[in-house]
This record gives sequence, structure tokens and C-alpha cells, in this order.
Amino acid sequence: MDFTFTEDQLLFQESVRDFLVNEVTPERIRASWETDGGRDPALWRQLAELGLTGITVPEAHGGLGMSALDFVLLAQECGYVALPEPLVHSALVAVPMLSAIGGELAAQWLPKIAAGEAKVVVGLAQNLVVEDAHIADLLILQQGETLVAATADQVVLEHNESIDPSRKLFTVAVRPVATTVATGAEAATLIADALNHGALGCAAQALGLAQRMIDLTVKYTSERQQFGKPIGSFQAVKHHMANVAVRLEYAKAPTHRAAYAIAAASQPRLSRPRRIARQAGGVRGREPRREELPPGARRDGLHLGGGPAYLHEKGLGAGEHLG
Amino acid sequence: MDLVFTEQQNAFREEIRSWLAANVPAAPLQSFDTAEGFKQHREWEATLNKGRWGMVTWPEALGGRGCDLIEWLIFEEEYYRARAPLRVNQNGIFLLGPTLMEYGTEEQKARILPKMANGEEVWAQGWSEPNAGSDMAAIRSTAKLEGDKYVINGQKTWSTRAVWADWCFGMFRTDPASERHRGLTFILVPLNSPGITVRPIPQLDGLPGFAEIFFDNVEVAVENRLGDEGAGWNVAMATAGFERGLMLRSPARFQETARRLVELYTANRESADRDPAVKDAVIRAYLDAESYCLTTYQTACRLNKGGKIGAESSTNKIFWSELDQNMHATAMSILGARAELLPHAPAAQGVGNWLDGWLFSQSGPIYAGTNEVQRNIIAERMLGMPR
Ligand SMILES: Cc1cc2nc3c(=O)[nH]c(=O)nc-3n(C[C@H](O)[C@H](O)[C@H](O)COP(=O)(O)OP(=O)(O)OC[C@H]3O[C@@H](n4cnc5c(N)ncnc54)[C@H](O)[C@@H]3O)c2cc1C
Repeated sequence: MDFTFTEDQLLFQESVRDFLVNEVTPERIRASWETDGGRDPALWRQLAELGLTGITVPEAHGGLGMSALDFVLLAQECGYVALPEPLVHSALVAVPMLSAIGGELAAQWLPKIAAGEAKVVVGLAQNLVVEDAHIADLLILQQGETLVAATADQVVLEHNESIDPSRKLFTVAVRPVATTVATGAEAATLIADALNHGALGCAAQALGLAQRMIDLTVKYTSERQQFGKPIGSFQAVKHHMANVAVRLEYAKAPTHRAAYAIAAASQPRLSRPRRIARQAGGVRGREPRREELPPGARRDGLHLGGGPAYLHEKGLGAGEHLG
Repeated sequence: MDLVFTEQQNAFREEIRSWLAANVPAAPLQSFDTAEGFKQHREWEATLNKGRWGMVTWPEALGGRGCDLIEWLIFEEEYYRARAPLRVNQNGIFLLGPTLMEYGTEEQKARILPKMANGEEVWAQGWSEPNAGSDMAAIRSTAKLEGDKYVINGQKTWSTRAVWADWCFGMFRTDPASERHRGLTFILVPLNSPGITVRPIPQLDGLPGFAEIFFDNVEVAVENRLGDEGAGWNVAMATAGFERGLMLRSPARFQETARRLVELYTANRESADRDPAVKDAVIRAYLDAESYCLTTYQTACRLNKGGKIGAESSTNKIFWSELDQNMHATAMSILGARAELLPHAPAAQGVGNWLDGWLFSQSGPIYAGTNEVQRNIIAERMLGMPR
């Protein structure tokens, strides 16, 4: 029984955090809102150079061959900076699915993904819209009880605008030329696995995002003065923050437990990791949504920011796109 | 990370499980806040100790098994699963015991710990005073060194188990000129000393679960001082850390309550489901108890590798006390009209001891330092917010 991360895992987390905090600034995120497509190819190249695009790609296909357990702390850091690029989506959902499908499809795409030359996204029946479909070179899509793989030229996309300018959402129509990759029980297993991985990704990013909100709010309430003192010295403000810190503290271990379960079992028992990941997000019975994750962090972060927090350009607002 | 228990850990679990199966009294003991119940619980401690289960984390020389924190959590899981009696000597074994390991002399450990482990000496905790509650540094009771004795005067209050306990540990002002947390000394006092008056205080359930202790020129040998004179505050902070942290309220206790809550819900499903919020609250309670367990394992593993527990013992205390309140409040809503009935009332079928538990859960946010005080600690020491 050893419920701790290795030195290596912690060091990797630290270096990825340093990189992301320096590179993925709120200014850079806001600048991407103004561009066509809203994504930053230069940033994706940087992520590829760090090995992150290939982190879960098997070594045989040119990746680092790491597991959900190696990635979970990094997913937290992606949440910490509210990274708009689909790294968690790719590394935690799409790549494991593609690896599980295997065969020619995997052999063709995984090396390119590891090299940062191609992106793949997954759209399941329960996703009303598919995130980042516009920059995907390959899409794996659920059609009834079947999974199909479609290249960018085999789909027709329709943009759905979100309140969050970092979210790029599309309804996807598939041309009949798409390839069927799995049906029946095999497809059902792949889909269930993908949902588990996705729930873990959401929970881990939410942990990081909540931590960022705490950090930003502590900083702001320590600086902002009213009645001749920092507002953070008022007990009503402190206790809001303490409540969030308590909830966050107890959401970490279940998320790490879920990552362990996913990594430990090539075929994880379906209910358990997902249930725990949901719990980490503080919601039950369905996947966590960003408005609720983790409980209180977002609401209290916004509340204690006062008027300025309600402005579009505020750093906290840049976290809107998590999903 | 490897979340599989080792063979040795599994064997340990088997051993305690079968011992408990053979030894846990079939009928529940009376409350340890009655004279008869206290005696029964004291005997149970002796039985535990005979099996060397009194305090498994203590060194073998002191009657323990030298277990690490993971084994401690396993022990607790089996203990609560077996619905074994609550620990009457919790102040001793969970709070003073670990503090003695850290600050006690060899003589003190040898003299005090074995009798603590077998329930021969049950301990009360004497910190609070009428004017020193959350503000513990306002302690006024004094201890004056005269030759090889301290002479103690003053009053302590809310002292749990003090009605029938044998000893109390507490903090006293040894330097009359001192203020706040300076000049305080940690002293162990036999409760049968001349000059001591213990006045029971009935709690919400009507039983005298705590007491006032009056000291009138009570003489205590100097070898009962724990740590240096004037260093009482630091020693007491270590004890408080154990109280809020891992020892006093281990996850197994709340997981067991959560399991019982699920049973209660299942048995009353038809009426409970009339309010859909109840089912949600049951699930939430179960998951929160699991969260608390996982988080504690994570902390224990970190401590096993030489890490330290810091301000997060304050997050701990808030989490378990609120979880306990939520679980019992949910049980009350499931019981509905039966919730207020005492177990012997004719219509009180299936109420179990939820009412007692609910009453006690109300004290969780108060004892061991109120939750407001813990929130101050979290904000200032963990998050670094301005004072
Ligand atoms: C069941 C039970 C068992 C106990 N057992 C023991 C025992 O064995 N030994 C012992 O020494 N004591 C014991 N106590 C006492 C306990 O430690 C005190 O009750 C507790 O520390 C609070 O002190 P107080 O009761 O004087 O309340 P006060 O300190 O007067 O507090 C009253 C209210 O004011 C709030 N408050 C006080 N200061 C602040 C602040 N700075 N910021 C925000 N809010 C504040 C508190 O949170 C609380 O809600 C026990 C209490 C209970 C309920």
C-alpha cells in the first residue's frame, strides 16, 4: 500500500506547471479568442516538444507510453492554467481509445499524434456537440451503437457559439465514407472506457482550476483594501476561502484513486473510477460540469473578486472553457 | 503508487478480524457515561490489551505491536466493522499517548503508558476553563512549584470522561507574571488527589459526559510535568494535532456510520423516497466518507515516508465533523416522526441509536477547537491570508 506519487511524477508535474504558468498566460488565452479558430498551433508545437502530445501513446508508436496515473497530475496543471488546447482530451480520451482500437488505424495515427503533427478528438452520443472538431485531423464518433473514424474531409461541421470564447464547439455530420472501427459489445466497452477517462480528465482539471481560483482570490483579497485593511483580513472572507480549501483537499485523493484504477486495469471495472471521479467533482449521477467543479470554488472566487470579477477580461473568466 | 495491501497487511487484517469476532461482546455495552457502563468499558479495554490490541501503534515493549499508520487504519476499519465498543480511554490512548511518545521521559512512558493501555488508568483532558475556551491562551488556573511538588489552584471545565476518570492532563499557568501562551506548563494530575472536586455536567442526552474540575491547593509531584516548565503550549499543540488529525476520528468510524445510513435508507426506502433529496444525501454521505478514507490513506502514506501533518489537520477536523452532522441529519429525516422518540418508546421501532448519534454530532464542530477557529487557521496558515 503506497498512496503517493513517485519523485519522477512529482518532478514532471512541477516542470509542466512551470512551463504552463509561463506560457499559457491569461493574455495569451485572450489573444487566441481573437484568432480564426481560436487555437494556438505554436503552443501545440511546444507541448509536442515536451513530449506531452505523445505522453500516453505507446512507445512502439513513438510516444512515452505513460498511464493515466502519470498524466493525472499534469491534467491538474492543464486545469490550473485553463489550457484551451485539447491536450487532456487527446492524451486521456482519444489516444487510449485509438490504442485500444489498435490495428492499422492506430499504427497510422498514433505516431503523428505523438509528434504533434495530427490531432484526434472523440465525439460520443452523449456529447451534444464535439469540442475542437475544427482542428481535428481524425474524429472518432459514435453513431448509434457503432464507432466510426472520420478524417477531417469526411465530416461537415457547424459551429455552436458558447458564452466561453475558449470553447470551440461543433455539431458534426459524417459523410458515409467514414470507416467503422467497432460495433456492438466492443464499441460499448470502448465508449464506457472513454467516459471513465473523460470523467477523470474533467475532475483532474477541475482540481487545478479550483486551486488557481484559490490562489488568485487569496492574492486579490490580500491586496485589495477596504476600511483601511486588506479585505482578506476579514473573517467572513477568510471563512469562504477556508470552506473551498476543505472541499478541494478532499477531492484530490478520490481523483488520484480513480487515475490509479484506470491505469491499473487495462479493462477497468466500469462503475468505480467513474463514480469516484464524479464524486471528486462534487456531483453525482452524471459527469461533472464546470459550473459545479469543485463545489464553491468558482462561486466564491467570483463573489470575492467583487465587481472586477464580473468583467470579461478578468483572469478568472479565462477559465470559462473547461469542460 | 500501489494500492494493493501487502500479504502482511492482509494477514494483520485477518488476525484482528477473527480476534474481534471471538471477543466483541454480543450485546452492546451501556453508555460509558454511566457508572456501570464506564466499568464495562474499562473491562473491555483490559480485554483488548490482553490480546495486545490496546494501541497497536505503540512499541512492543509498551504493550503495542509497533504498527505503522496503514496498519492502524486497517485495525480501525475492522474495529468499527465489528461494531466493537467505543474507546472509553480515547483521551489517553489517542491524545496523551502520542504526546508522551514525543515529549515524555523514559520513566514517564514506562510508568504511564502500560496502565493507560489496559484501561487501569482512564484519562480526562483539562484544557478549557470558564474564560478560556477557543482562546485557550487565556488559561488562569495556576501551578506553583514548591520543592518537588506543584501546588495547583483553579478550575477546568467541559472535561470529557472526568466523572469517572483516574487522571487528567492539562495546562496550568506556572509563571504568574506571564501572559497568553507563555508561562504555561503541561501537568498530569491524579484525580483522586486531596483538594480536587469533580462536578458532573449533564450533556444533551442527560448523561454526565463531561465535568467541571475544581483544584484547591492540589499537590502534584514534579515528575508529572510533561515537557519543560513554561513549554506547555507547544506540547499541547502536538496533542491538538493528534486530536484534529489522524488519531481521534479515523475514517472507519464515519464509513461505518455511512454503511448504517445506507441500511437505514434501504429499510425505509418507500417513505424515504417521497423526498428525492434524501437519496441524494445518503449517496453524498457515503461518498464523502469514502473521500475521507482515501484522503487519510494518502496522508498516512505521506507520513510513513517521513512527511509532516500541518494545517491540513484543520481541514480534517472540519470535514469529519460536518460529515458526521450531515449523516445524522439525513438519518433523522429518514426516521421522520420516529426521530425524536427514545429507543424504549412503543412506537420507536427501528430507531437504533441514531438519536444519540445525532445529539453527539452536534458537538463535533465545537470540541477539538471549534470549526470557526479551524477556518481561521486554514485561511491564515494554509492559504496565507492576512491576519
Ligand atoms: C462534547 C464536548 C466535549 C469536550 N471535551 C473537552 C475536554 O475533554 N477537555 C477540554 O478541555 N475541553 C473540552 N470541551 C470544550 C471545548 O474545547 C470548547 O467548548 C471549545 O474549545 C469552545 O470553547 P467555548 O465553549 O468556551 O466557546 P467560545 O470560545 O466562547 O466560543 C463560542 C462561539 O464563538 C465562536 N468563536 C470564538 N472565538 C472565535 C474567533 N476567534 N473567531 C470566530 N468565532 C469564534 C466559536 O466558534 C463558538 O461558535 C468539550 C466540548 C464539547 C462540546
